[in-house]
Amino acid sequence: MRRTVPLLITAIVGAVLVIAYFIPHPPFDGLREDFSIFFDIIAAVAFILGGGNLIMMHGNRAYRREKGYWYSLVTVVSFLAVLVIGLAKLGNPGGFGGGTSVVTEGSAFHYAYQHVFRPCAATMFGLLAFYVASASFRAFRAKNAEATILLLVAFTILIGRTFVGTMLTSWLPDSLYFLTIPYLADKIMIVLNFAGNRAIMIGIALGIISTSLKVIIGIDRSYLGSD
Amino acid sequence: MMSIHRLPAGCSFLPHRPPPVCTHNTLLAIALAALVCVLSGITFPAGAQAVGNQEDVAVPPPTEVTAHDTPSDRGESITVAWVCPTIDTGPSGAVLGYSVSRATSATGPFVGIGQASPGATRYEDVDAENDTDYWYQVTTLATAGEAAADVVGPTAAKPQWINTRQWNVFIILLLLLGFNIYFIEHIKAGGKPYIRKIAGLEAVAEAVGRATEMGRPILFVPGIQDMNDIQTVAGVTILGHIARTTAEYDSRLVVPTSRALVMTTARETVKEAYLSAGRPDSYDENNIYYVTDEQFGYVAGVNGYMVREKPATCFYMGAFFAESLILSETGNSIGAIQVAGTAMPAQLPFFVAACDYTLIGEELFAASAYLSGEAKQLGSIKGQDVGKLLGMLSIIAGVAFLTLAAITGNDFLQSLGDWIRAFWSTALA
Repeated sequence: MRRTVPLLITAIVGAVLVIAYFIPHPPFDGLREDFSIFFDIIAAVAFILGGGNLIMMHGNRAYRREKGYWYSLVTVVSFLAVLVIGLAKLGNPGGFGGGTSVVTEGSAFHYAYQHVFRPCAATMFGLLAFYVASASFRAFRAKNAEATILLLVAFTILIGRTFVGTMLTSWLPDSLYFLTIPYLADKIMIVLNFAGNRAIMIGIALGIISTSLKVIIGIDRSYLGSD
Repeated sequence: MMSIHRLPAGCSFLPHRPPPVCTHNTLLAIALAALVCVLSGITFPAGAQAVGNQEDVAVPPPTEVTAHDTPSDRGESITVAWVCPTIDTGPSGAVLGYSVSRATSATGPFVGIGQASPGATRYEDVDAENDTDYWYQVTTLATAGEAAADVVGPTAAKPQWINTRQWNVFIILLLLLGFNIYFIEHIKAGGKPYIRKIAGLEAVAEAVGRATEMGRPILFVPGIQDMNDIQTVAGVTILGHIARTTAEYDSRLVVPTSRALVMTTARETVKEAYLSAGRPDSYDENNIYYVTDEQFGYVAGVNGYMVREKPATCFYMGAFFAESLILSETGNSIGAIQVAGTAMPAQLPFFVAACDYTLIGEELFAASAYLSGEAKQLGSIKGQDVGKLLGMLSIIAGVAFLTLAAITGNDFLQSLGDWIRAFWSTALA
């Protein structure tokens, strides 16, 4: 029963939504939007579970003084602080009953978001630059023929997308324009890269259709924990 | 009903065109210029004389105006179509556009509902009420004036039951469904399918075994999207298989999620996997926990875990964005075996560079079937492969037809190539 009911719900909802795609007549035309709203409602309820899980897990860890418990302590304190600031609308113009949104400029929530959260998120994003450098260094080592080709192609695109590419080959006559680095970089991106990308996209599209069909007709039940 | 307005050159009723300004100074300047020309013997070229004749040029209205219910929609839309007059030479020509007016009776009053650009041959009225009769009038707006065509109507918008525009999607869906069912039955009947080995999936048992030997946890990251993303669904189905292997090896599987709904689904999936492996006592729901919805907050949480606990194996299966490289490079730095799979083409190079194995696009969707080894699941992989083969043959045929059409100028080959392109382009849009 625990598996039959979810399978039935999946099959019926999936089939109805597939059929609705081909029927523009009411009530089928609005089904997709309706189910999207249902999903949002379920996700909102699940968010309460998520928040509760976060408090319980990190609270327990901090209480038991487990290894690295101070991270959990910071998480719980930050979570509760932002929750209280947001719910009580601290610093909002007009106070709690002032009718202003929690994200109104000047509110404590807005301040916390702008001056604590955003810099932290930007810092994490900034780390990407260093990771790109380290990954590129490893990927572009010319260990064999394929890696050497990859290195040359990457180098051409890198140079071609900067002023250096134009500068290095600007002396070439117009008749040899096709040998300039920016032109080569563009061609690699537009022809080779685009073709490969499209091939992957076609595979993905067919994979999505196939997976959806498997889930709808109940062939694939792995998401329920069973084969 | 056709009405043609003739206006003097340079004058227009169009609101965005200022009326001609003729002051005494201007007239004086023109007279002086003419006098100078006459005295110096300069003559006007023929083209210049034609400018003066524009006063007699008639602005033609659009012809063959029709209004019909827009097909394959939910109603509330009527398409008005026309043939442009010959003086319409595009955006920089004499025609400024077309004005479309609507009324609920043939005699009006007509109210303007929108304008179409020069060269346009249709306008879609998306503000119509279903089952209400409407009459339409299209007017040419030109530099030399405007001309209204005959009123057309009545036309009413109605919702349709079948979306005939998506017939190709329907055919592709039926074909794939047919291929899947055929191959499932074929394999059930004892057919031996050839399935290419996917290195990343072959390495799952080895990766889990390594973590067991090292006594370290296994990390599974199901992407940062919610359960309404098919990649997350594919990731969770793979999690089910990995969880079963983990249960058999009695290893610790940790799943941090960025969505609460993914957490609850993953818990159910892993719990069932442990049950089916006969190890319900090894299941600990605290190993599957919610971190945060925020992309970089989630990355910080997972990275922190990786650096502190140093998992021996990391799986990344689902939808990823900029965090893909941050996660996989951190995994690389702690020496974990890493297997990634995503259908986000922009993130694939990052995973390829930083992970030991990467499932590229469709392999992510085939992984669940591949890992299960069941006849009906393997049949679906074969069905998917045949669909891909069909796509490849269509591309080759389309390229051949269009190339030959360009060389020979054959219209039939051109239309064949165009048909194939339209068939797939709409389907994969």
